[in-house]
Amino acid sequence: MTTRTTTSSYLTKAHQLREDFPILGRQVHGKPLVYLDNAATTQKPASVIGAIGRYYESANANVHRGVHALSQEATELYEGARAKLRDFIGAASEQEIIFVRGATEALNLIAFAYGRSVLKPGREVLITAMEHHSNIVPWQMVCQQTGATLRVAPIDDRGQLIWPEFQKLITDKTAIVAATHVSNALGTINPVAEMAALAHRHGAVMIVDGAQAVSHMPVNVAEIGCDFYAFSGHKMFGPMGVGVLYGRKALLETMPPWQGGGDMIRSVTFEKTTYNDLPYKFEAGTPDVAGAVGLGAAVDYLRAADMTWIEQYEHELLAYGESLLSKVPGLKLIGQTERRAAVLSFVFDDIHPHDAGTVLDTLGVAVRTGHHCAQPVMDRFDVPATIRASLAFYNTPSDLDALASGLGQVIKMFRG
Amino acid sequence: MDLSELYQDLILDHGKRPRNVGELPGHNREAEGFNPLCGDKLTLYLRVDDGKVKDAKFVGKGCAICTASASMMTEELAGHSEAEARELFTRFHDLMTGKITDEQMPESMDRLSALGGVRRFPMRVKCATLPWHTLIAALDHEHQTVKTE
Ligand SMILES: Cc1ncc(COP(=O)(O)O)c(C=O)c1O
Repeated sequence: MTTRTTTSSYLTKAHQLREDFPILGRQVHGKPLVYLDNAATTQKPASVIGAIGRYYESANANVHRGVHALSQEATELYEGARAKLRDFIGAASEQEIIFVRGATEALNLIAFAYGRSVLKPGREVLITAMEHHSNIVPWQMVCQQTGATLRVAPIDDRGQLIWPEFQKLITDKTAIVAATHVSNALGTINPVAEMAALAHRHGAVMIVDGAQAVSHMPVNVAEIGCDFYAFSGHKMFGPMGVGVLYGRKALLETMPPWQGGGDMIRSVTFEKTTYNDLPYKFEAGTPDVAGAVGLGAAVDYLRAADMTWIEQYEHELLAYGESLLSKVPGLKLIGQTERRAAVLSFVFDDIHPHDAGTVLDTLGVAVRTGHHCAQPVMDRFDVPATIRASLAFYNTPSDLDALASGLGQVIKMFRG
Repeated sequence: MDLSELYQDLILDHGKRPRNVGELPGHNREAEGFNPLCGDKLTLYLRVDDGKVKDAKFVGKGCAICTASASMMTEELAGHSEAEARELFTRFHDLMTGKITDEQMPESMDRLSALGGVRRFPMRVKCATLPWHTLIAALDHEHQTVKTE
């Protein structure tokens, strides 16, 4: 860690918060768990697990449907969670917070409800070369359906968006710019506010995939100036199966619904159906109420932990990890931009990521090996896969020491 | 969890110094195997005459398990008839999926039994079986890509 004073106070807090996560106390293969796969999913604090349990034990009912007490309580809890999420990302209104299954569903919703109504031949969608498959495939699908063209802004050898190329690719043909806030494979932080400003100058809307950002830094959609922002609950210490699509109200109002069913309608006759107001127009069917409540608890937790502290602490942790990895012979970091968050992605010239991952696992160190649902990124760096250690605020320098010593064992086994 | 069960010396040796690497001159069968999940990729070349596998070589990029499995398979294949090669596949597959144990492997396949430990690492079974699936593709067709994931 960089300076002694910050180190000790920062560390004390990380050690304290760690205690809130029951799973971090368990062992794997007889060794203490070292969880470094936070980009895949984060662990859940006891308060989140408790909130979900309490919801089912004391308030479970369907929402927006009954006059009875439980239904009202459940509705209040559900809408209370929405209010917390609005506040967490700085949205103007609760009507702009749509509960979905996760980032993937959010991006599909935008592609199919918004994209399909504005795209046509001659119009373009611009993404970057560091997108997760969930911000590539939906665009390929709607472009194919509508005859629009998909363009990809390139990245350089450090894993950074090449700005002049990006500028060139945004033209008056561009209808949609969709980019990740933080790359899950490289850790690169994109300049999403600048990208949004440029997109708007050309009359395009800006969509940000925030799946890897919300757990690592304060996020404010008004400051970014984006039109849509998508993220998953499970990557920010909340439960699996729930996520959020933020959309600017004026845009959401013009969009046709995506799925039809209960809750998204005001009145239905066989001749004509009137759609419900925002956000319910986009929430067809019974939602994951317990999930939303759990996600609300995760927001409470993160607010108390303080996102600014998290950002600074992880910054130091990342620098420490980088310094450790730079001493490992034959190891190459993939993704070396200056502005990065929480990801150490690397390869060996002579050891396959899969073998390294298996050895690390037997030592209790959980990392991800593979293409991280970002095959174009792997192709860009000409590697079949990488080993990825991804951090959260409950990780400590000793987790990274365990990684480094595990890599020592990997080398002993596969070299020579 | 005992790593030495997975990475036995014989496997590490074949992983580091695979045998039969390269394109086989005069091959008449060829197939590609690919596991998009981990990026294992190999091309298998066979020379089959009179229903017999005369020679087998491979080119590929994969983990130690996949590379060792391909190396050991190509060593094993030479001299076997097509029918015997298919039988080897079945036995090997049974071993990997836990239908039979190392002890139940025919003595002639002793060396391949070294890969038996892989089945206790379910995430790695596909690495070991990829070369064998590629073998079946090569025997079935002149040219094909098989995928496991
Ligand atoms: C950058 C990014 N976008 C989108 C997703 C998709 O998230 P989910 O699978 O929760 O829908 C992920 C998950 O890995 C991601 O890392």
